[in-house]
Amino acid sequence: MSLSNKSLQLDEEQRLLHFLTIDGLDRTILTEILDTAEGFTGVSERTIKKVPLCRGKVVANLFFETSTRTRTTFELAAKRLSADVLNLNISASATSKGETLLDTLRNLEAMHVDMFIVRHASSGTAHFIAQHADRGVGVINAGDGRHAHPTQAMLDMFTIRRHKGEFTGLRVAIVGDVLHSRVARSQILALNTLGASEVRVVSPRTLLPSDARSLGVHVYHNLEEGIRDVDVIIMLRLQKERMQGALLPSEHEYFSLYGLTERRLALADGDAIVMHPGPINRGVEMDSQVADGSKSVILQQVSYGIAIRMAVISMVIGTQNLRMQEVAG
Amino acid sequence: MNNRRAFKDADEVESLVDVMADKIGALLGSRGVSDPLLIGIRTGGVWLAEQLHRRLGVEEPLGTLDISFYRDDFTRIGMNPEVHPSDLPTPVDDRHIVLIDDVVHTGRTIRAALNEIFDYGRPASIMLATLVDRSGRELPIQPDVAGLHPQLEQDQHITLIGPEPLELVIGTKTNRSSRSDEQG
Repeated sequence: MSLSNKSLQLDEEQRLLHFLTIDGLDRTILTEILDTAEGFTGVSERTIKKVPLCRGKVVANLFFETSTRTRTTFELAAKRLSADVLNLNISASATSKGETLLDTLRNLEAMHVDMFIVRHASSGTAHFIAQHADRGVGVINAGDGRHAHPTQAMLDMFTIRRHKGEFTGLRVAIVGDVLHSRVARSQILALNTLGASEVRVVSPRTLLPSDARSLGVHVYHNLEEGIRDVDVIIMLRLQKERMQGALLPSEHEYFSLYGLTERRLALADGDAIVMHPGPINRGVEMDSQVADGSKSVILQQVSYGIAIRMAVISMVIGTQNLRMQEVAG
Repeated sequence: MNNRRAFKDADEVESLVDVMADKIGALLGSRGVSDPLLIGIRTGGVWLAEQLHRRLGVEEPLGTLDISFYRDDFTRIGMNPEVHPSDLPTPVDDRHIVLIDDVVHTGRTIRAALNEIFDYGRPASIMLATLVDRSGRELPIQPDVAGLHPQLEQDQHITLIGPEPLELVIGTKTNRSSRSDEQG
């Protein structure tokens, strides 16, 4: 899949046609996404929280898997760009997936939808839709199985850049359920592409993918060692809904070994920030004191998520517009 | 762009800006405005606005607009990769605004800027000041104060070089994919 990522996501002039995964995107385009998002941050604070950029465009939120935060922020982002939004919550039917998906796609295209924002429990769904979508229709991956969640990773990068400035020199620890986390995979790719000095993953052996080291990370199984002197701590959610079998003895034991407490947080750099993609399991992944504490930037991540999604939606719609004109002559 | 040649050097621009500041001051006076809000359009308009801001002795900080999100050619040229946030220091409601740009050409940049300002609030009035009022208007928009009114060919392009010192150069557009930061 990764060989085609670049050609599927970028046009000949390196503009974003779809946004499916961080894999295959270079530092220039990731930085362009962050810079564009910077321009959108002010829009949310104005009297009229809208710009007319995507007026007349129709964006379909195609969520085959439940989501509150991601779906809502995508919807707000599209609305702040003046696009019309269709929210479709389709529960996936495992047996007839392929055919149903294409049929759904064709029906929506017949309604002249300009963009699909796709979340699905199966890895590769957004790629599949991008490969089959009409010319001029952009696709954004809002999370596919264990594979990727690129807008979450980019909003995390945006949060880090806002607090830390440059990526060079930064030490970042990603803590928790790396095995089931599409967020972690996208974050690791983005951090390495943007030039972070050291990316660590801190995880129980049972929640670490076997190929973890090949992702370009330092692996720790002890939280105290793993977060020592880091600038950024990214906590992951325990994805209980994706776990099959006994990967963990109990939540209580998980917290005693991997839960972030004030005492443990003191081991990190004095100016460290704490992030979490949400929703938080308080008392499992972290203490409430940490979640609500001064180093926590968790709610800022949510606000920045809107700016990042505005950036990606407008960049993709812009490139798809150009593509249609090239066809028209 | 090739064949770039100097049109007005730093000293000439300097005196044009002096004259503009006088005219803006007089016009504000005649309208009874004592506390104007100056807003420059990125990028050249901000450079000019900084000069006028100094000359007019306005204490309130300058506002800056980036009209990238309001352009009418987004569907034709896509996203500007060098967008910056607009920054208005105070609410625009009931304020008398002096909107400043380097060149008014088609009028489309000014239309976009007006739309953006109204998304921040409802100003009492807006006055337009540009260093260059060139031919080629496509919309019914005229500056209240302008430094120069050159007659130029359609394929000629006039550009403000800055921020310090300010100079004007004229060139000829060579390829249609080159994107200036202003749309006119």
